[in-house]
Amino acid sequence: MTATDTAPVVVPSFDDDAGTGRKLAIICSKGNLDMAYPGLILANAAVGEGVETHMFFTFWGFDIITKATMADLKFSFVGNTAMHPPGHSGMGIHHMLGALPGATAAATKMMKKQIADLDVPDVPEFLELLSGSGVHMWACRMSADMNHVTEEDLYEGVEGIISASDFIELTDGAQLLFI
Amino acid sequence: MTTTTIAGHEVEVNEEGFLTKPEEWTEDLAPELAQLIGLQLGEEHWKLIRFLREDYAAQGETATLRRVSTQTGTPVKTLFTLFPGKPAKKMAYVSGLPKPKGCV
Repeated sequence: MTATDTAPVVVPSFDDDAGTGRKLAIICSKGNLDMAYPGLILANAAVGEGVETHMFFTFWGFDIITKATMADLKFSFVGNTAMHPPGHSGMGIHHMLGALPGATAAATKMMKKQIADLDVPDVPEFLELLSGSGVHMWACRMSADMNHVTEEDLYEGVEGIISASDFIELTDGAQLLFI
Repeated sequence: MTTTTIAGHEVEVNEEGFLTKPEEWTEDLAPELAQLIGLQLGEEHWKLIRFLREDYAAQGETATLRRVSTQTGTPVKTLFTLFPGKPAKKMAYVSGLPKPKGCV
């Protein structure tokens, strides 16, 4: 076969979205370990696809970006009727067992290990990754006031403490996820 | 799957244009693949491409952006500068590898 016999070169459309101004807004309102990761992972995926990504941390989601708490988020399975051991053996764990002393610590430890085993970073390192990738992070004004927290108390990558209306304004036209 | 000619080599590509046989990639393909997506390769790009090739050979899958960053000691920000927009996919494309499968 000669060169002329082969098909024309197909080039991946990497930059097709660039001109469309696609934006994603993710509102993180929960501070449990298992509720922090979906937002972090989706933000990372979006920014890696060239999407302008904004995160808004509000209410319990504030713990994800508060220096004092971000490394110490917890997972409790109380109220989580889907709880089961790793794998799908069909065996469940009654969610109220999660109320026993030590259950949250044990479940948190196990989940953190499972996350680390996949080479997925812990929360502080994940914030570094997002910040380095260009994800915009914003903290909710009302949550800051409720918790008497200032920018000093927050992860450095957070661009500012802003009102809900400011966030809505700067994510004009964005697709939105509420977690 | 179709066969196309890049830099004088006949290679098999998928519908998006990614090489489907990593072993068909040679170093002289990279500048041409890069040019097709608007990139000019410098030494920093090459360091990453070589890592991706070695890591794929060892792991059997394409390194994610975070893996490239941690294993080569390159800040993620730099990766976004060198391969703007969709760095993980662009690196894989130029290196003749499949798109990374990992989420992070």
